[in-house]
Amino acid sequence: MDHILMKAGGWLALAFIAFAAMVLAVDGGFAVHMAIIMIACFIALWVTVSKADYQAIGRGIIKAPADEGLYDDDPIRWGIIATIFWGMAGFAVGLYIALQLAFPVLNLGLEYTTFGRLRPLHTSAVIFAFGGNALIATSFYIVQRTCRARLAFPGLARFVFWGYQLFIVLAATGYLLGVTQSKEYAEPEWYIDIWLTIVWVSYAAVFIGTLVKRSEPHIYVANWFFLAFILTVAMLHLVNGLAMPVSLLGAKSYSAFAGVQDALTQWWYGHNAVGFFLTAGFLGMMYYFVPKQAERPVYSYRLSIIHFWSLIFLYIWAGPHHLHYTALPDWAQTLGMVFSIVLWMPSWGGMINGLMTLNGAWEKIRTDPIIRMMVLSLAFYGMSTFEGPMMSIKAVNSLSHYTDWTIGHVHSGALGWNGMITFAAIYFLVPRLWGKQRLYSLRMINWHFWLATLGIVLYAAAMWVAGIMQGLMWREYGDDGYLVYSFSEVVSAMLPMYLIRAAGGLLYLAGAVVMVYNIWMTIAGKQRDEKPMTETPHDPETDKPLVNQPTAVPAE
Amino acid sequence: MNYEAMRHFADSWGLMFMAFLWIAFTLWTFRPGARGHHDDAANMIFDDPGKGDKQDV
Repeated sequence: MDHILMKAGGWLALAFIAFAAMVLAVDGGFAVHMAIIMIACFIALWVTVSKADYQAIGRGIIKAPADEGLYDDDPIRWGIIATIFWGMAGFAVGLYIALQLAFPVLNLGLEYTTFGRLRPLHTSAVIFAFGGNALIATSFYIVQRTCRARLAFPGLARFVFWGYQLFIVLAATGYLLGVTQSKEYAEPEWYIDIWLTIVWVSYAAVFIGTLVKRSEPHIYVANWFFLAFILTVAMLHLVNGLAMPVSLLGAKSYSAFAGVQDALTQWWYGHNAVGFFLTAGFLGMMYYFVPKQAERPVYSYRLSIIHFWSLIFLYIWAGPHHLHYTALPDWAQTLGMVFSIVLWMPSWGGMINGLMTLNGAWEKIRTDPIIRMMVLSLAFYGMSTFEGPMMSIKAVNSLSHYTDWTIGHVHSGALGWNGMITFAAIYFLVPRLWGKQRLYSLRMINWHFWLATLGIVLYAAAMWVAGIMQGLMWREYGDDGYLVYSFSEVVSAMLPMYLIRAAGGLLYLAGAVVMVYNIWMTIAGKQRDEKPMTETPHDPETDKPLVNQPTAVPAE
Repeated sequence: MNYEAMRHFADSWGLMFMAFLWIAFTLWTFRPGARGHHDDAANMIFDDPGKGDKQDV
């Protein structure tokens, strides 16, 4: 009882501190955030008080420790639901801002709904909320299964889940209110950064703690990728987030770096957010779910180790290719370009290893829609990791930089690779986590697959055309040395491509809606009555011995 | 350590150290007897599937 009283009192004290900070705040954004934190403290207080088992406490029963013979799957189930929820939010905002580019009236004339504020909401929602929840949930699932050990620090694991959701809510509301430090993919201000650091260190503690208490002597390669992702993201976030707040009761802060150093630190962070968050972490997912779903071991375990170390050693240098033809020293630009090109090889090592895992079981692409999603995901991983090094070459970059080609490249990686592998992992996990015999419908996965694929194709193709057109129009000089096109002429020329892109986004979102329905019905315990994906054909006409045939003569 | 010294350290000894580590990690996977370990590791995820999962409760 004393314990519950202490906890409840602690939450109440924190709520009062947040209230005081809200009242004393020097700007509106900070005040709103302190109000959100206060509400979060009151929710935690209410849960602490209402969920306690007072009868057991009254009788002096000590709570039995968790059964170490069972995996701790509650935070994983929450994580899957959070992944789907934030994914839908992120995709919907993405579609909305795509339409804003085509129809500026959709900015609605309000500061809160302008493209500039909704765009970071979209990128953070899909990368950190959808992708981040998927990574945390799948890493907790995989590390337990491959270590044959129950999750370490169960209380901390729950804190990681809820703390991460609070981070998402603070970041998202901050963007709408204009609370931003203006660093791409690192927009949250200093106090949200500090909160994320606490959550992330707890995440690392749970993951590493589970590795330490493992019963399997070998640490499976998926865990290597997850560990690299967790440690590197911690390092990137700490260094890039270094900033001095103007006031401890206000949102505004200034970066510790200035000028080109700030730009380089930002893109060292930004590119490795792609390299370690969206690549290493998702490769961890790939190295578990692809072999499990194919029921075949990974094609080459040795290749997985070699391409792991190659990715780790190379990725960290590739950031300067975001700063070609800027004030960054020329040698640093060239260094970034060279490392980006070399990165092509380990990236394709991962793609080949994933695809070749299906060697001897290729028919599963036809019969198993989850495998089909995984193969598409790996194919897009291969395509975008070829396109990326190509775009990092300075001559190509002089055409592609600042155009929509970059947007197309990012989305072929994000929608194709990250999206499809995450959907495949969700379809793999949900029946297992909720103890269902199978998914509600396999045919609906097929619908999801084709809607998403068509969406990505429309998106990427539209952005290639738009980007190259944009780049060529910007650099077009007339005979007298003047630029032929004004900026606004280039913008109006983009309208058809923007509409095609929005149509692609709509299809991708529609596929995700099909997934939500399928997952909802699966968790509800329903099974759709449907034709199976494959038949076992039998033709009685041909199923008999041959008679009255000349005797076969063996070949020489 | 000033900037100049730092960068010359990085592009000489630092670079050599990193390259050596990478080569060592790569060669280590080709050591004799590694194949057996790798096969075991690759197949480990299929041992006794689902033990401790919810459906077995």
